[in-house]
Amino acid sequence: MKSLKQRQLINTCVHILLVGACLVSALPLISIFTYIVLRGAPGLSLHFFTGLPQPIGEPGSGMGNAISGTFVLLGIASGIGIPWGLVAGIFMTEYRDTRMASCVRFSAELLSSIPSIVIGLFIYEQIVLRMHHFSALAGGLALSIIMIPTIARSTEEQLLLIPAHIREAGLALGLPRWKVTCHILLPGIIRSIMTSMMLAIARISGETAPLLFTAFGSRFWPESIFEPIASLPIQIYNLAISPFEEWHQQAWTGAFILALFVLSLNIATRLVMRQKEPLS
Amino acid sequence: MVKGPVAHRKKEVHRGDWLFAQFIQAGAMLLIALLLALAWFLIKGGWPAIERYGARFLFSSNWNPVLEVFGAAPVIYGTLVSSAIAIMIAAPLSVSVALFLHAVAPPKIRAVFSFFVDMLAAIPSVVYGLWGIFVLAPWLRSDVEPWLSEHFGFLPFFQGPFYGVGMLAAGLILAIMIIPSIFAMCSEVFRSLPVTYKEAALALGATRWEMMQIAFLRAGKRGIIGGIILGLGRALGETMAVTMLIGNRDEISVSLFSPGQTMASVIANEYAEAGSSIHVAALIEVGLVLFCMTILVNALARIIIRSDDAI
Repeated sequence: MKSLKQRQLINTCVHILLVGACLVSALPLISIFTYIVLRGAPGLSLHFFTGLPQPIGEPGSGMGNAISGTFVLLGIASGIGIPWGLVAGIFMTEYRDTRMASCVRFSAELLSSIPSIVIGLFIYEQIVLRMHHFSALAGGLALSIIMIPTIARSTEEQLLLIPAHIREAGLALGLPRWKVTCHILLPGIIRSIMTSMMLAIARISGETAPLLFTAFGSRFWPESIFEPIASLPIQIYNLAISPFEEWHQQAWTGAFILALFVLSLNIATRLVMRQKEPLS
Repeated sequence: MVKGPVAHRKKEVHRGDWLFAQFIQAGAMLLIALLLALAWFLIKGGWPAIERYGARFLFSSNWNPVLEVFGAAPVIYGTLVSSAIAIMIAAPLSVSVALFLHAVAPPKIRAVFSFFVDMLAAIPSVVYGLWGIFVLAPWLRSDVEPWLSEHFGFLPFFQGPFYGVGMLAAGLILAIMIIPSIFAMCSEVFRSLPVTYKEAALALGATRWEMMQIAFLRAGKRGIIGGIILGLGRALGETMAVTMLIGNRDEISVSLFSPGQTMASVIANEYAEAGSSIHVAALIEVGLVLFCMTILVNALARIIIRSDDAI
């Protein structure tokens, strides 16, 4: 047995190490936030949101097309991913103890662990090659596949939190099962489902890899969902790896907008969750 | 049970219920079908390469699209090494931070720090890549790499010219990116541990560090290991930040300063420009290897976490 002095010495050393670890991990994080704000914010102007990208050397470049393109992609992805995820989540609770349900649960888990670039590959081979060109639809589909597992899991978790007697009360009143689920159970968890949707949207709005060869990118305003479409993450990537200082500046401003969007969605979700009323 | 109602139950099922059941079953089946389609596509798309190169594909280190010779060893090596660097840096750091916040720090500091880390987890990887290119890589080139080569230059890992971008940069950015996920997992584990462990250890006269060993590290061992492996899974598949920072050269080099390539980055770089069909097939086979690797790692993590009674 070590003496008390030794033990206390070790204790102090470990504490110093732990504080050091906190500082070391905080440093890059502080640096990232500072750089995004300091280098990104000065480039902000109204024109940045409404303009199109200009050739190098010409002033007045904007990312209007990329910002609107990102919203189009998010719309397509949510339109497919949210209902599909909800349905899968409802299935897992309605048929909770069946083998099918655990199969679906397992598939959702596997799906969520697949790297997003592989999903991009898949959509490229299945959709882009068949349609013969890149399209917003393909990009949205790729993003929706990333959304499904998240939505499904949180729907299931939330539905399981509802006390069984609520479902039983509905059934005892003679309501059919689908009415109990859609009109009694789902409205009860609507708030938590909304928050998980917002988190899922925040997550896919920064996804770049699956868009590389699906939505591809464009220098023009989005016109049709069957055409290639610009998006904020892809635009940032292209500008960042370009050799021009001017484009780097635009990349920082784009990153600032993207980070701001994602972070405000996250913070809004937290605020909504904090005032969540207890289930009665 | 009375025989009648059971026999007639099928008729008694509400029409809406029947439709509803069909609908949600179809949605759930489609999810399974999607996963099978993905796996099938990867095997079918990569088949020409699997057939042509066989097991050599995994071990040959020659990746040359011009000569149509494809060996995936350099990209597999790049993925494993960059993820290993990331885990070696991120695992001790994030476990220590979680330990400090849960065992030592007052709840207020814990809340602020956790919020901060959560926000970090939300930042898109392309933004990390941007920061990496313009802040991390220049710093590595001008300060860190010269220092490492001066003091540890006798090791083969720290030799050669300083590029900034390269294996070391990719490993570091991955480390920064997975710290939030490992931290979140460890926090969850530490939160779920009973406070009585902590109180008992302190009451028996343990110092705070001994208490941390008994009541946190030992009690939450499985959860911590599972969290670290989940972080590894994330690092293996991470694409954008790595593509922007690894330098993209399909060669194996022992030095961490030199550029490399990972499985994800080779797909991101070459897929759109792949000329020959065998090149496409080789890239899809790389995707297949990556798919299998991440699924195995994630399954392993889940098994470890699930076997833990504490959570």
